[in-house]
Amino acid sequence: MSNQPGAGAGTTTVRNAVVIGGNRIPFARSGGAYAHSSNKDMLIAALDGLVARFGLQGERVGEVAAGAVLKHSRDFNLTREAVLGSALSAHTPAYDLQQACATGLETVVGLANKIKLGQIDSGIAGGVDSASDAPIVVSEGLRRVLLDLSRARTPKQKLAAVSRLRPRDLAPNAPTTGEPRTGLSMGEHQALTTAAWGITREAQDELAYSSHANLAAAYERGFFEDLMTPYRGLTRDANLRADTSLEKLAKLKPVFGAGLDTPATMTAGNSTPLTDGAAVVLLGSEDYARANNLPMLANVVDAEAAAVDFVNGQEGLLMAPVYAMPRLLQRNGLHFDDFDFFEIHEAFASTVLSSIAAWESEEFCRTRLGLDGALGKINRSKLNVNGSSLAAGHPFAATGGRIVASLAKALAEKGSGRGLISVCAAGGQGVVAILEAR
Amino acid sequence: MADTYLGLVNTPLPGKLARTLGLPRPAVLRRYTPGDPLVPGPVLVLGSGPGADTLAEALLGWDQDVRRHLRPEEKLGAVVVALDAVSRPEDLGAPLLELGPAVRALLPGGRVVSLGRPAEEAADPATAAARQGVDGAVRSVAKELRAGATANGIVLLDGAAADSPGALGALRFLLSGRSAYVDGQFLRVSAMPEPEEPAGAGAPLAGRTAVVTGAARGIGAKIAEVLHRDGAKVVVVDVPAAGEQLAAVANRVGGTALQVDITASDAAARILDHVKERHGTLDIFVHNAGITRDKLLANMDPARWNAVIAVNISSQLRINDELLASPVFSPEGRIISLASTSGIAGNRGQSNYAASKAGVIGMVRATAAAFAGSGRTINAVAPGFIETDMTAKMPMLTREAARRLSSLQQGGQPVDVAETIAFLASGPAGGINGQVIRVCGQNLVGA
Ligand SMILES: NC(=O)c1ccc[n+]([C@@H]2O[C@H](COP(=O)([O-])OP(=O)(O)OC[C@H]3O[C@@H](n4cnc5c(N)ncnc54)[C@H](O)[C@@H]3O)[C@@H](O)[C@H]2O)c1
Repeated sequence: MSNQPGAGAGTTTVRNAVVIGGNRIPFARSGGAYAHSSNKDMLIAALDGLVARFGLQGERVGEVAAGAVLKHSRDFNLTREAVLGSALSAHTPAYDLQQACATGLETVVGLANKIKLGQIDSGIAGGVDSASDAPIVVSEGLRRVLLDLSRARTPKQKLAAVSRLRPRDLAPNAPTTGEPRTGLSMGEHQALTTAAWGITREAQDELAYSSHANLAAAYERGFFEDLMTPYRGLTRDANLRADTSLEKLAKLKPVFGAGLDTPATMTAGNSTPLTDGAAVVLLGSEDYARANNLPMLANVVDAEAAAVDFVNGQEGLLMAPVYAMPRLLQRNGLHFDDFDFFEIHEAFASTVLSSIAAWESEEFCRTRLGLDGALGKINRSKLNVNGSSLAAGHPFAATGGRIVASLAKALAEKGSGRGLISVCAAGGQGVVAILEAR
Repeated sequence: MADTYLGLVNTPLPGKLARTLGLPRPAVLRRYTPGDPLVPGPVLVLGSGPGADTLAEALLGWDQDVRRHLRPEEKLGAVVVALDAVSRPEDLGAPLLELGPAVRALLPGGRVVSLGRPAEEAADPATAAARQGVDGAVRSVAKELRAGATANGIVLLDGAAADSPGALGALRFLLSGRSAYVDGQFLRVSAMPEPEEPAGAGAPLAGRTAVVTGAARGIGAKIAEVLHRDGAKVVVVDVPAAGEQLAAVANRVGGTALQVDITASDAAARILDHVKERHGTLDIFVHNAGITRDKLLANMDPARWNAVIAVNISSQLRINDELLASPVFSPEGRIISLASTSGIAGNRGQSNYAASKAGVIGMVRATAAAFAGSGRTINAVAPGFIETDMTAKMPMLTREAARRLSSLQQGGQPVDVAETIAFLASGPAGGINGQVIRVCGQNLVGA
């Protein structure tokens, strides 16, 4: 298909980029098993597990791309530092990337493109995030004093600098996931969208329930045995509640949207918790995989990014993937019916449900997406079949790697078909991508 | 668990005290590092039969300092005593009485190696008596030796020649530091074709692919390291929950980590698929994964009993069945399975474990019969007390007693077991099949 003119990401001359495999550490709840692990520690652990799985010790991989959303300033070269701390060759170049929650998926897209163009033969894409070890920013007052202090030469100058300090300067600015331009948290933003689409509490709880049930079943059948390496005593995603039920989920109190006219529906059960973790994916050309006797799970076919103007309230913060989707499908001449798996990142259950509702709405698709009619229906039995972020957790930049590796494995197990990925991100952005079985 | 006593008696003052009080004085054993000389000094070859001349020549070929008579004042690295031609018990006297003073001249970490033939193949009772006599004499010498020296024997089966590749491979192993904790044992070797890699090659396992189960820690992790050192590509297997340690081992040995519970019904298929995809052929399979769930039989519950049987023996039987049915398993394939001295002698509180480990021995012997003449071999290695997490769980006094209960007066290290396994996996061990090799420092248990 990608050999047909107009299909895939580019021209007829590019070669395939394949997903060879992946590795992640189990995701921990913030303040849990990885409370004292840094982003670098976790990214090294994920890389070393991947190296061990595929025997890449001392190998010079074409390039490693990864990132973190919550990043310390000292980690300006996070990925390269992680490579140096890993079992990979020190001659492996690396770069950091950051596109909020789409970071992980975007690293896959970037490296897959380099492989397709023949610039590299192999690459490792991924991401990491720690909500436990988040950077704390000192107050603007303290920051100024410290900078002046470092420039002061005489004791008198030093004293003068320090004497400007006021008690309130000592309180740090707490980390926040709020949107800089609206001051609203992501949950409050989604609450607006949830209300606009009339997504019910029951529908959200059902989606959350399926996420847990599907993830638990995937563990049960050993699905993660070659996708995950335990870390710090954690052998499964700490957020997974295999024994949860619709009744238990129904008992939880809403946490977002309390100030709206409509009833609040978003709870801790149908929203992702703050999570720590890391995930990486090994990509390569077909020749690279063959020459090294490595498996080829799926092709990275194509991807599309979109952004929406949420600042002026014209669109919901997390609705950008809805806009990216028709552009991606059109370019590849595909419809929802052509897919066997849908991986829609569950930032909130209602994010997934709002997106699906939008694609099913004739009106929305005509007026907002410029289509002739509804984009189409997604067969819910093909949605997030091995669980998604509501159950596994969502260490922001790690989610893309988790999804790509799991989807590629699901496609390889099935032996045919296509998978569609949709990831929303802060800043009103989103990335969607197509994988194809081999 | 560190053996503090061993460290202590090897420092001057406490060492003197131990000697005065007649306390055990365990020595620091001579263990192998690549590039080491085969033995720490000249090799004295005793005995009259054709075996003595043949082995003396072989040793010269390995650039050893060979003596045929003890020289006054000279210290020895090893004594090889050829008893392969004895036909009456009276024949034992002369060579063994010569061995006496030679033993006194042994350097620390020295070796005594006998060469003999099996009593059960003797044509007459007198020959059988003489041959069996070697057994008793060598085991006794092993108990008399001090300073980390050991005594072991080679038994030539089916009329194998003294310089058959299998006999020479066994000789090299027993002389070297690789056999540090093997003591009072006999390697029974058959005639075999010349192996591709001759005895003493630098990377005897180059080009081979090995699978080691239970490799996340302990003995299994060491087996992976030693097989890698000897040139093999290693696939390390352990339960998913041990994945973090397993990955660290894989990265240390440049191998691949496979998170598989060996009791799973698809375990063999997953291991074979992985080896086929990454390496094509499987040459060496080491069944090392094992568990203990100790209880007196009177207090034993089904969960403990069944878990031990499932991991320690049932999984091995199932995996072997699939190995043998698979084209991925090499025609020269080697299977090495971890037994235990508990499986030979029994052990209080370990009826389940001993049943499983004795089961391993039964499985190995039966499979060996089927392998005979095929190019494949299967053997068991029975460790005695080895210093690992498994034995660190023992009560302190029991553990201390277990350490001193051997002729070498100490527990073995995981590397000691690993060295024997690497030897059994190597080309020159192709004549060893269906054997149970103890790595126990000549532990009294079941000896
Ligand atoms: N340590 C001794 O003194 C001693 C003595 C005699 C025999 N042994 C034998 O040597 C072998 C290794 O012993 P050790 O002391 O290193 O033990 P250990 O407990 O340190 O290591 C055993 C390893 O096997 C793994 N394992 C257990 N069940 C498994 C399964 N179902 N699938 C895959 N892996 C599994 C464990 O996770 C562990 O990593 C065992 O077979 C043991 O019975 C040990």
